[in-house]
Amino acid sequence: MPQAATRRGRPAAPLAGFLGRAAAGIGSLAVTVLGLLFVTFFIGRVMPIDPVLAVVGERASPEVYADARAALGLDQPLPVQFWYYLREVARGDFGMSLLTARPVIDDIARVFPATLELATLGVLIGVLIGVPLGVLAAVNRGRWVDQIARLVALVGYSMPIFWLGLIGLLVFYGILGWVGGPGRLDVFYDGLVPTVTGMILVDSALAGDWTVFSNALSHIILPASLLGYFSLAYISRMTRSFMLEALSAEYITTARVKGMSEWRVVWVHAFRNIRVQLLTVIVLSYANLLEGSVLTEIIFSWPGIGFYITNALLAADMNAVLGGTVVVGTIFIILNMVSDLLYKFFDPRAR
Amino acid sequence: MTAFSRLMTSAALGLAVMATGMPAAMAETPPNMLVIANRIDDITSLDPAESFEFSGSDVIRNLYLKLVNLDPMDMEAGYKPEVADSWEVSEDGKTITFTIRDGLTFVSGNPVTAEDVQFSLRRAVILNKTPSFILTQFGFTPENVANTIVGEGNTVSITTDKPYATSFVLNCLTATIGAIVDSKLVMEHETGGDMGNGWLKTHSAGGGAYALNEWKPNESVTMTANPDFYQGEPAMKRVIIRHVQESASQRLMLERGDIDVARNLNPEDIAGIEGEEGIRIDEELGGQLMYLSFNQKNPELAKPQVREAMKYLIDYAGMEASFLKGQWAVQQNFLPLTFQGAVEENPFSLDIEKAKALLAEAGVPEGFTIEAGVREAQERIEIAQTFQNALAQVGIKLDITVGTAAQILGRYRARELDVYVGTWGPDYPDPHTNASTFAWNPDNSDAAGATGILAWRNAWDPGDLTAKVDAAVTENDTGKRVEMYHDIQAEFRETSPFAILFQQKRQTAVADDVQNLNLGDAISAAAYWPVTK
Amino acid sequence: MREWLLSDAPASRRQARLGRLYSGWLTFRENTLAMLGLGILVALVICAALAPWIAPHDPYVQDLATRLKPIGTPGHILGTDSLGRDILSRLIWGSRITLYIVTLVALIAPVVGLLVGTVAGYAGGLWDAVLMRITDIFLAFPRLVLALAFVAALGAGIENAVLAISLTAWPPYARLARAETLTIRNSDFISAIRLQGAGPVRIITRHIWPLCLSSLIVRVTLDMAGIILAAAGLGFLGLGAQPPSPEWGAMISEGRRFILDHWWVATVPGLAIFTVSLAFNLLGDGLRDVLDPKSGGSQ
Repeated sequence: MPQAATRRGRPAAPLAGFLGRAAAGIGSLAVTVLGLLFVTFFIGRVMPIDPVLAVVGERASPEVYADARAALGLDQPLPVQFWYYLREVARGDFGMSLLTARPVIDDIARVFPATLELATLGVLIGVLIGVPLGVLAAVNRGRWVDQIARLVALVGYSMPIFWLGLIGLLVFYGILGWVGGPGRLDVFYDGLVPTVTGMILVDSALAGDWTVFSNALSHIILPASLLGYFSLAYISRMTRSFMLEALSAEYITTARVKGMSEWRVVWVHAFRNIRVQLLTVIVLSYANLLEGSVLTEIIFSWPGIGFYITNALLAADMNAVLGGTVVVGTIFIILNMVSDLLYKFFDPRAR
Repeated sequence: MTAFSRLMTSAALGLAVMATGMPAAMAETPPNMLVIANRIDDITSLDPAESFEFSGSDVIRNLYLKLVNLDPMDMEAGYKPEVADSWEVSEDGKTITFTIRDGLTFVSGNPVTAEDVQFSLRRAVILNKTPSFILTQFGFTPENVANTIVGEGNTVSITTDKPYATSFVLNCLTATIGAIVDSKLVMEHETGGDMGNGWLKTHSAGGGAYALNEWKPNESVTMTANPDFYQGEPAMKRVIIRHVQESASQRLMLERGDIDVARNLNPEDIAGIEGEEGIRIDEELGGQLMYLSFNQKNPELAKPQVREAMKYLIDYAGMEASFLKGQWAVQQNFLPLTFQGAVEENPFSLDIEKAKALLAEAGVPEGFTIEAGVREAQERIEIAQTFQNALAQVGIKLDITVGTAAQILGRYRARELDVYVGTWGPDYPDPHTNASTFAWNPDNSDAAGATGILAWRNAWDPGDLTAKVDAAVTENDTGKRVEMYHDIQAEFRETSPFAILFQQKRQTAVADDVQNLNLGDAISAAAYWPVTK
Repeated sequence: MREWLLSDAPASRRQARLGRLYSGWLTFRENTLAMLGLGILVALVICAALAPWIAPHDPYVQDLATRLKPIGTPGHILGTDSLGRDILSRLIWGSRITLYIVTLVALIAPVVGLLVGTVAGYAGGLWDAVLMRITDIFLAFPRLVLALAFVAALGAGIENAVLAISLTAWPPYARLARAETLTIRNSDFISAIRLQGAGPVRIITRHIWPLCLSSLIVRVTLDMAGIILAAAGLGFLGLGAQPPSPEWGAMISEGRRFILDHWWVATVPGLAIFTVSLAFNLLGDGLRDVLDPKSGGSQ
């Protein structure tokens, strides 16, 4: 649910109000992130999964085990551990991952662009199809077009993604050979373009290497379409409902009475009025996709942040979990705040 | 409304064009490149003194030389000279002196010297990581290595605390921890007295067939051929191991020619792909054992008749013929076949009536409830369910708890699980590796905390077996030694709270043109340097 | 009867309330898809209730000799799974687990959300700030991670999976309830009640909660599909229901190994999840049209 749509602002001078809210927002952002850190940290430490085992393996002797435990600082009391952790984070150091044997920050710099790339393409697909579908459904309310749009969207809501993913892979990759298989690139294209952003589509475009670009596109298109389908479901339903509200407004009736063409009524008048609301919905689906979809990532061998965090969590690699959660959580909060502010700034009714 | 319909149609069309307009995947991998799909999310370090996971061993075997090594093209021959040209055993049987081969170099260009050998072995002992027990069981400690592992001129001598069977010591040196690292290069990257451990986790410093390009966690490992490899530059200039979790995905990738080798196909996918043109199924015996163990802390399970009854409540043949088909074969002894001393006697089979009689004899005809811990892995869950099904027929209720590896293992090591469904892989190619964990437990008290020993984890005191295992390891007469392991296993099979079930059979689907791929049989890890296409 | 219900001048409160419900039902009935959804759910409940009588086999009985039989095998209409268990029977028994999950989550998450949201909205000030900050923290968590962490902490199992899912599901309800409360709080009728001497607890429980209910119900119904899928997702990762329980998500997870050669083992429970999720979505969508005045009822 877009929080913007459910909050009521107090009347104030637009700009001052905006700045004030921004400042308050940053304050609450800090509190939320701190809370996020604390909860994650706490969960990590009470979980009955032993992080030491992840490091030393099944056969460690008691001495090896004790050494590793001390090296991880786990012999310290909980509050002390949290304090040390905060101190390091304040310095920009998220610590080392136990599983990957490298700094968490490097890991995130490697896995997050993969998720970002996938989520961006996914939400693009969702918007490009979802918005027209929603408008179409609203305009044809109650007619068969509406029903079909409803069905298409709800099917998207209701499909287990891992099942759809495997079937999609089987059909489009295995049988038809239209798209690339699991992974981000065919192996022989690996490392051909210099890493700038970590997003292969962007990097290869920057390097002007269109062979790599098209290979990367062939790999990303299937998982992105899948994710796109899911955000499409949400976006089209919300578009429909906003549109219905806008179309029932008086000025629309007036416009119709004036004999304006239906196309103009819908797109120029009604649609323009729902732009901001729609934007918040889109930002929200984007934020959700940026969490990374573990299941999609597993099926498509996509080395994204969802899989990274899950894997780390299951082995109690808490530095990695904390780092990943903080990054994902912060992005979520910021995106939310931005949509909130946009909403309040642009939509006169919300003030 | 036509405008919207048109918009919709064009959007859909656009997507379809985008999808179809893309080039189909290439039909095959380049001729000098080997691409392998495998699950590599278990790798946490590529430092040979630390690495202890299957996929890590597969990588490290190709990066480093060892004093003595196994020949992937002639595994039955056992260890052969590599960095060591030859060796001599002192009269008291405690000191082995290796002569270092001339003219070997590391990938860095540095020569391989006695000093590197001394450094590598001492380093493994001093760092004291998990696999260090493979060396420290010979009495090496961080304090005494200066006297027990000594390089002089072009020789290195190691002195053990007891006169162990020479084959036992040398077999241990073929394990991952016996890898010889480039001491100069490693020490250049030392930080905070870690002997280069932090750096070596993600880099290689060896003189083996390959050098590590990059290990991207949960994504891929890339290796480049070493042009100066002493056996000649490998035919595959590049080896790429790609992490692909799902069996179905691996199979599709092999069918489309995007990979050469699929290592984790399940029996159904093997059956499905078998006979397809251009694909071959390689089979070799692996070293892993699947077993059920019964915690002796549970008063019911501690009764000898109950232990025995359990072994008759397992549908060995049924499982072998169905969901484990082709990948696990019945083996009821703790030494995997091809190991010295292995036996093929498998006396147990599913026999509900016999089990009922045994339970009645034990005084528990009305049954009881126990808990089994199972790691989240489909075949183990199915084994547990099959067992659960048989137990239900004699009135015993088995609750299955599925969890992540770390979770279940933690409880198992804490002696909390009644029943554990697990696997065990040998650490080095000598019978002692399994004997010393299944049938050896000198101190069964909780205080001993011997969490590395399976017998201890199940709170089982093997009695005189402990002494027998100790005796077998110092026996230098091979014939006698084999005899001793036969005895130990015969007693173990009848009395132990372990039901050994199966031995792993590796089924690997490979593209037809790939030749000479050995994945290590039961005793070692994968070797890529002999591979040709 | 019909006339009594639709009377323009109801004689009693009860008549008015029932009348409103009835006219809502009439609207709802016109929505074919929503009726379809309701029908499917009713069928599901019947199926779950009658499981012991309509399931052709014991869902737990294994037979390794007849494993992975295809759809249409005599005696096993939907085939058998990896251990030779009848898929149809497992599906029927599994409907109980699905209903169990759905009911429990529906009882926990919205209630927690309602409580937090109305208290925050009504009390305002510090209460509001603290409660909403907590809500934000939970909202900002990657959801599956939070669920995973709790399942990992509490141990795998269906009850814990339900708890974990509820834990991730309540924050949006809290936000919704708070927003509703804020609009109601300052309305005239609440002021009137307050003047009559009603305390905050009474106002919240007797007057604010009932008014929040309709939008919450709509939201819960629409979220049900997500909840079933989340439970299935946990099952997929091996952290949901424990074997040999015929939970649908776990069944997909077991069957996905055979998806290329024995597709029905994963597809049948996949379709079941899909059908029920779709039914909930259709129902929720229909309910929204009836209950949510914003989308403008057609009457």
